[in-house]
Amino acid sequence: MTDAAELRRRTAELLAAHPPAGTDPLDFLRARFDAGLAWVHYPEGLGGLGAPRSLQAVVDAELEAAGAPDNDPRRIGIGLGMAAPTILQYGTEEQKRRFLRPLWTGEEVWCQLFSEPGAGSDLAALGTRAVREGEDWVVNGQKVWTSSAHVARWAILIARTDPDVPKHRGITYFVCDMSDPGVEVRPLRQITGEAEFNEVFLTGVRIPDAHRLGEVGDGWRVAQTTLNNERVAIGGMRLPREGGMIGPAARTWRERPGLRTHDLHQRLLKLWVEAEVSRLTAERLRQQLVAGQPGPEGAGMKLAFARLNQEISGLEVELLGEEGLSYDDWTMRRPDFVDFTGREAGYRYLRSKGNSIEGGTTEVLLNIVAERVLGLPTEPRTDKDVAWKDLAR
Amino acid sequence: MTDLLYTEEEEALRAAVRDLLGDHCDAAGVIARTESDAPHDLRLWKALTDKMGLAGLLVPEGLGGQGATHREAAVVLEELGRAVAPVPYLTSAVVATEALLACGSDDLLAGLSQGTTVAALAVGLHTAPGAAFPSVRLEDGRLHGELTGIADAAFADLLLVPADDGGLYAVEAAAATVTPQVSFDLTRPLATVTLAGVSGRRLGDAAPAVRRALRTGAGLLASEQLGVAEWALTETVRYLKDRKQFNRPVGGFQALKHRLAQLWLEVVNLRAAARGAADALTTGEDADVAVAVAQAYAASVAVHAAEEAVQLHGGLGMTWEHPAHLYLKRAKADSIAYGTAGAHRDTLAGLVDLPAP
Repeated sequence: MTDAAELRRRTAELLAAHPPAGTDPLDFLRARFDAGLAWVHYPEGLGGLGAPRSLQAVVDAELEAAGAPDNDPRRIGIGLGMAAPTILQYGTEEQKRRFLRPLWTGEEVWCQLFSEPGAGSDLAALGTRAVREGEDWVVNGQKVWTSSAHVARWAILIARTDPDVPKHRGITYFVCDMSDPGVEVRPLRQITGEAEFNEVFLTGVRIPDAHRLGEVGDGWRVAQTTLNNERVAIGGMRLPREGGMIGPAARTWRERPGLRTHDLHQRLLKLWVEAEVSRLTAERLRQQLVAGQPGPEGAGMKLAFARLNQEISGLEVELLGEEGLSYDDWTMRRPDFVDFTGREAGYRYLRSKGNSIEGGTTEVLLNIVAERVLGLPTEPRTDKDVAWKDLAR
Repeated sequence: MTDLLYTEEEEALRAAVRDLLGDHCDAAGVIARTESDAPHDLRLWKALTDKMGLAGLLVPEGLGGQGATHREAAVVLEELGRAVAPVPYLTSAVVATEALLACGSDDLLAGLSQGTTVAALAVGLHTAPGAAFPSVRLEDGRLHGELTGIADAAFADLLLVPADDGGLYAVEAAAATVTPQVSFDLTRPLATVTLAGVSGRRLGDAAPAVRRALRTGAGLLASEQLGVAEWALTETVRYLKDRKQFNRPVGGFQALKHRLAQLWLEVVNLRAAARGAADALTTGEDADVAVAVAQAYAASVAVHAAEEAVQLHGGLGMTWEHPAHLYLKRAKADSIAYGTAGAHRDTLAGLVDLPAP
């Protein structure tokens, strides 16, 4: 078993062989990956050492102290959080070797082609078609809410390969080359003014069968890995006290006594308490995972995160009074990554509206908690035994 | 770093207490007892204290106790809350015990930790840590006056009474007049304590002892509230899976599923807050903030859970026979005990530098 001391030794070796000050950042990241220090819980040869996930913090602390470059995880969040675990679980050896290293070093950005205009909460109803032609699949359809599509080299894609069976059974999971001439990416402007997301039109896109992840028709099960990791990534961040959306609101309160009212004081204190309790819940969940006792609590973190972000940012706009009537900038931009707490209160308020929609709406997640955690009866499933082509749409 | 989990020993303790309560504390018995002359359950108290030694958890071994911590006492309170058990655990084994520890009254602690003596701190149950509290008059070495809202005083052998000289006095309950009040919470009844020229023994300064006792009481009350909320959620989910209307289980209606899922989220949060407070009281690190956070949060969850239990049980939830009302009354009384959520938010405003206008 690789322990903390062993990881420190290996990290010191890496730093000695590739001193950060005199090494090209990309060369350093590649060397780190090859030394198994990228994500220590991954297997040897794929950037890891098969060590406990909790020991990653040991490596990260040593490297940060030595001034080593990181892989700018904000820019490649979809690759790290969703594509990588799916490739690791379902990919062939060749796929793992081809994709994981440049994914982790950030040389290749990934995006996710899942949602469609006609398939949101009911993702399994998706209609983008993939038809087999020789060694290739030919894909036609439209995807939406695709962040990073304009900078991505690869996409994880789910498409319908069999319309004659019920919806969950006719889906297959692919890796799609975003440089294929049939891929068209158009910015989708959102309520914040910017276009963090895109619409992606797929017209005669050719995907070699070697870029299929998992079995034909098994794409829904493969996608569960991706989606479960997405929710963990969205709700499971470790934060210090006042580390989230409450931080800027509390700072404004402290620095601007003139804005204070009794009503806002009571509401701020309530939200401060809820933010702190939510932080403790996330910390407790983390401690459970480290102790190897994962509980169902993770299912709720994203729900709490969404609601708190919305309520706190809403309060902050109100606290600002006259300034709350202004907005920093409506210019249409295409940011490379999402920063929920970035920019000003008005932006935070508008952006956080997406928190209860993206990665599973609050309404769907409440169903999941009620059914899977509390064991309450499931929603009626009138589409369970109906071929996809016969569904109402 | 705060340890928010339960250790194996703590889980074993929980299982033992739950077992015992399963044998000794059924809902029908608790309801019947509330209408008797003896609302407290002496037999259950003996089982918890004689057999299991639970009253001495917070007392060091050298003083006759178990030398455990607030973390274990919190687990006991979760289970007592889950059963709305009518025993003076929080008031005697936690609050009065902490007051005696603060005063260094070692000779009195042996009896409390064995459960053979039940003590009540004669400060109104509604009092927040750090808030002002009434005292009795000390005249010619004798105590005179009346104190109201004293939880579990009717079951106590020993009263810890603040007097107007700033001292905390030990008074034999037999020497005082203890008059039961008609209490909102049937399972933690209050009483008025009247002292008419009674002699007492000065234990130490009242203010620091009361403050410490109430802070611990407030912090561990969150674990009791967690137990109350868990019972309400579990029992309501169980009932809604079973209860059928419109030819289907009522728990299958999405409006109800969402309400129960929301409640589950609150209970999950409360567990983290309550564990945070219990751990902070154990280590002494950041305890003021942890207790205030837990108490600013816990009441709304316990009350919400109990209110949902009543509503979602339909007509059954309105009956005297069904135990849901015991939990509603406990949850609502707990929302005032040791300071309201609002009082604890005011405390936090000072602690974390979010001052009022």
